[in-house]
Amino acid sequence: MPKDGSELKLDEPELTLDGLGIPMWLTLELTYRCPLQCPWCSNPLDFDKFKDELTTEEWKKVLREGRKMGALQLGFTGGEPMLRNDLEELVAYSEELGYYTNLITSGVGLTPERLQALKEAGLKQIQLSVQSSNKELSRKLVGVDVFETKMAVFEDIKAQGFPMVLNIPICKQNIGETREMLEMAERLEVEYIEFANVQYYNWAMLNRDEFLPSIEQINEAEAIVKEFRERLGNKMQIYFVIPDYFDDRPKACMNGWGSIHLTIGPNGDALPCQEARVIKGLEFPNVRDEPLDSIWNNSSVFNAYRGDDWMKEPCKSCDEKEEDHGGCRCQAYLLTGDAANTDPVCSKSPLHEIVETCVSNAVNPRRVEKPIVFRKKGAITTDFL
Amino acid sequence: MDSNIRSEDVVELAPMYLFRWEEPQQSHILLYPEGVVKLNETGAEIIKYCDGNHSAEEIITTLNAIYTIDVSESVYKFLEVSYAKGWIRIKA
Repeated sequence: MPKDGSELKLDEPELTLDGLGIPMWLTLELTYRCPLQCPWCSNPLDFDKFKDELTTEEWKKVLREGRKMGALQLGFTGGEPMLRNDLEELVAYSEELGYYTNLITSGVGLTPERLQALKEAGLKQIQLSVQSSNKELSRKLVGVDVFETKMAVFEDIKAQGFPMVLNIPICKQNIGETREMLEMAERLEVEYIEFANVQYYNWAMLNRDEFLPSIEQINEAEAIVKEFRERLGNKMQIYFVIPDYFDDRPKACMNGWGSIHLTIGPNGDALPCQEARVIKGLEFPNVRDEPLDSIWNNSSVFNAYRGDDWMKEPCKSCDEKEEDHGGCRCQAYLLTGDAANTDPVCSKSPLHEIVETCVSNAVNPRRVEKPIVFRKKGAITTDFL
Repeated sequence: MDSNIRSEDVVELAPMYLFRWEEPQQSHILLYPEGVVKLNETGAEIIKYCDGNHSAEEIITTLNAIYTIDVSESVYKFLEVSYAKGWIRIKA
């Protein structure tokens, strides 16, 4: 599941074009390098080992092959995609091929010059991440001083005529700022704002107990969102995605494994979702070795959890399996040790208490508090994983 | 349903929306930030005329000339739904 929750809109049943077996959503993780140190980062824990990034020509081959298969929505993400100096060239090429191009960025490196070049290349949308409405909390959350850069980039994006899209990762430390962030968005005339509660994989999983908000905090934030929605109507679209740990049904993750989403990592690994590497034992096919359509259609990884033949009980006989596809395979693996188990977020899962324990532990006053681990090289060792 | 579009209103696609034929889907689609809508044949016929040059009334007249039955009401409904979903807007 991507860190930004950006696929959610595409996952609404009325908007999906499923049944055709086409990877309509292609996500390119151009690099795992990033100037920020966000402790909820969706990148792998050993991100610094992915130095062998695809070349411009290799990315172009991926783009051609994807479009030939019918991919439509294209996300440039990372790491920080602005660190690739061929981004403008790749955007122009994608537009030529007929993609709808989206850029997911921290804003760092998005100078007015590059922004103009991206506009000229045909880029359609920029999703800017913001973590707080104040400089100090922003620095504490991402490990570096970027708040003012983000605000300046925001004005530049607006000046270029892009739609204004803000993405705010939400955790216990900033959920209390929901009102201030909405006020800021209103002042900045934001058109779309998404409060994306942090999803617990990779770096976020390391920090989960410190990040999980309480149900009271979530309810309060939702009430504020409702108030703004009623007052602002169509002027600002506000999305608020609650952390699935608090739900009693799992999310229809990726609209099903190998259904509409295809992610390519910096080194050319083809992934059914950005987190799929958390599942041990899967050998990911690489675009350097194999054509994309063969990877999508024939590889064992993409077929591993496609459809519902792989399901166990209670999913197998569940009348809701078409709706949520058993939830998230990565979450099932991380929390229960088997990716084919029911996502334990589901109250029908025999292991649902794992999730309930996490939720109650996060508000347990006797819990041992831990320092937050920032995403940076050397912060942890993955040698014994 | 709320009624937002008057018959004399000229309608156009919302900014950032693209309307086109998509060969692999064998249908017309609408593309917008992070989303895709596949249109059926009638929907596509209607959206085709939401180009900033036609009023709702003109679109209804045009569609009625194409189809053998009176489609006024369903065309109007489709325009209202498209407006509510943010696909089209009323040209200023």
